[in-house]
Amino acid sequence: MKKVIYLDNAATTKVNPQVVEAMLPFYTEHYGNPSSVYEFSTPCKEAMAHTREIIAKTLGADDSEIYFTNGGTESDNWALTATAEAYASRGRHIITTQIEHHAIIHTGQYLESRGFEVTYLPVDETGLVDVKALERAIRPDTILISVMFANNEIGTIEPIQEIGEIAAKHGVLFHTDAVQAFCHEPIDVNECHIDMLSASAHKFNGPKGVGFLYIRKGLKLRSFIHGGAQERKRRAGTENVPGIVGMGKAVEIAQANMGENKKKETVLRDYLIGRVLSEVPFTRLNGHRSRRLSNNANFAFQFIEGESLLIMLDMDGICGSSGSACTSGSLDPSHVLLAIGLPHEIAHGSLRLTLSDETTKEDIDYTVESIKRIVERLRSMSPLYEDFVKAREKKEF
Amino acid sequence: MYSEKVMDHFQNPRNVGEIEDASGVGTVGNAKCGDIMRIYLDIDDETHVIRDCKFKTFGCGAAVATSSMATEMVKGKTIEEAMQVTNKAVMEALDGLPPVKVHCSLLAEEAIHAALWDYAEKHEIRIEGLQKPKSDISEHDADEEY
Repeated sequence: MKKVIYLDNAATTKVNPQVVEAMLPFYTEHYGNPSSVYEFSTPCKEAMAHTREIIAKTLGADDSEIYFTNGGTESDNWALTATAEAYASRGRHIITTQIEHHAIIHTGQYLESRGFEVTYLPVDETGLVDVKALERAIRPDTILISVMFANNEIGTIEPIQEIGEIAAKHGVLFHTDAVQAFCHEPIDVNECHIDMLSASAHKFNGPKGVGFLYIRKGLKLRSFIHGGAQERKRRAGTENVPGIVGMGKAVEIAQANMGENKKKETVLRDYLIGRVLSEVPFTRLNGHRSRRLSNNANFAFQFIEGESLLIMLDMDGICGSSGSACTSGSLDPSHVLLAIGLPHEIAHGSLRLTLSDETTKEDIDYTVESIKRIVERLRSMSPLYEDFVKAREKKEF
Repeated sequence: MYSEKVMDHFQNPRNVGEIEDASGVGTVGNAKCGDIMRIYLDIDDETHVIRDCKFKTFGCGAAVATSSMATEMVKGKTIEEAMQVTNKAVMEALDGLPPVKVHCSLLAEEAIHAALWDYAEKHEIRIEGLQKPKSDISEHDADEEY
């Protein structure tokens, strides 16, 4: 296999070998159904309780407030639809933002089709929500505010504590999609007045297909998946025990190394951003310069298209992602890049690189050299660049 | 995702560049949907043979590959023969395209037609079957063709 430089850790991460090791006995040894009464299932029950405890501790929550799901999308769907249903008698207005993940945006659109009203707040050019505008958007019939902790494309970290305080002040429930932030940024649900929080294990070196929703005690949310009595009768279906065990181990490892990893990734991220911005002309950084996830870099290269860039990077063994339309299966570029005010043609030329704790300076140097060569080659083929150069020559002449 | 031929024409595109004082130039597509193609033609005024053909493209892998293939297919042909190079012919020559990329082949056909239209206007001639090209190719058109 050729050398791969994996810089798409916002898409998914490598499962930590220690996580795999922790999971394996729960496939072949402790394979009992946690709902069964016999002693054979006790290790499964204990392991699940352990994971719940670890997660609750990192959030400042209670064990009984953690509900296992199959991942971030399910958690987001559950939080929005169940809140809407449970609190519809109080009001039918929900506030969210234009830069949420599709798991929120499309659920919001579904709720609109069911008679709810959803406000999608704009963001500034760095991707930050204006908390004053958010407060102004609150109405007597507003039942829920849902703002992501950190954006998955541009990495901007939202002012979650301030938003939580505003929500609490107005007696409105507050949900945050923390899929990109949990185990990467410290989060305390009480400090931030968070009522619900979504997370997914595969974003922090855990297995795919498992996540959780934190639901503050006292919230009357209905069951999302109907069936057995699992998860305090709120999420039916036999639990993904190996996955839950793996998630617990991943949380443990991530929490123990968070400070160190953040420091290391920030240094490399800033090195990457610095080199690209100074060595590739007509390039901008998308997202906030400092209030961003420590592993996220997102660039817009003028005059070129993102999919071509991704294919050429792939030929060099580099995995990245783009907000270009061609990578999304539609003709529109990323809604996030449009929301921060990028014109269509520039949004098409975006590249997201997300680092891990295994990323090295050599990886970054190799990637920057590759980007420089590819961007120059694609620009030499671009009619937009040709027009730009000719216009400039005319001006100088 | 892409056939070997598409990858070959993307990695080693044929006829990239410009032609100075070209007989005809056509630019189609829009930046909104992420594809812009420009085709340059050098046409012999006597024989109407396309002596040379170059392109520049802003777009995805399929957009580059269809531009490259389309230029290969019209080079050396007469205008009348070049009019027979359809988006389907370009797609077939590339061993197919993913459904969402069909509009790229349509763009390539349109770009050739736009360059021929430019030539016809400059020389005040009429090319059989050639209509004024749309400068904007929408998804809707691609669906129809597909």
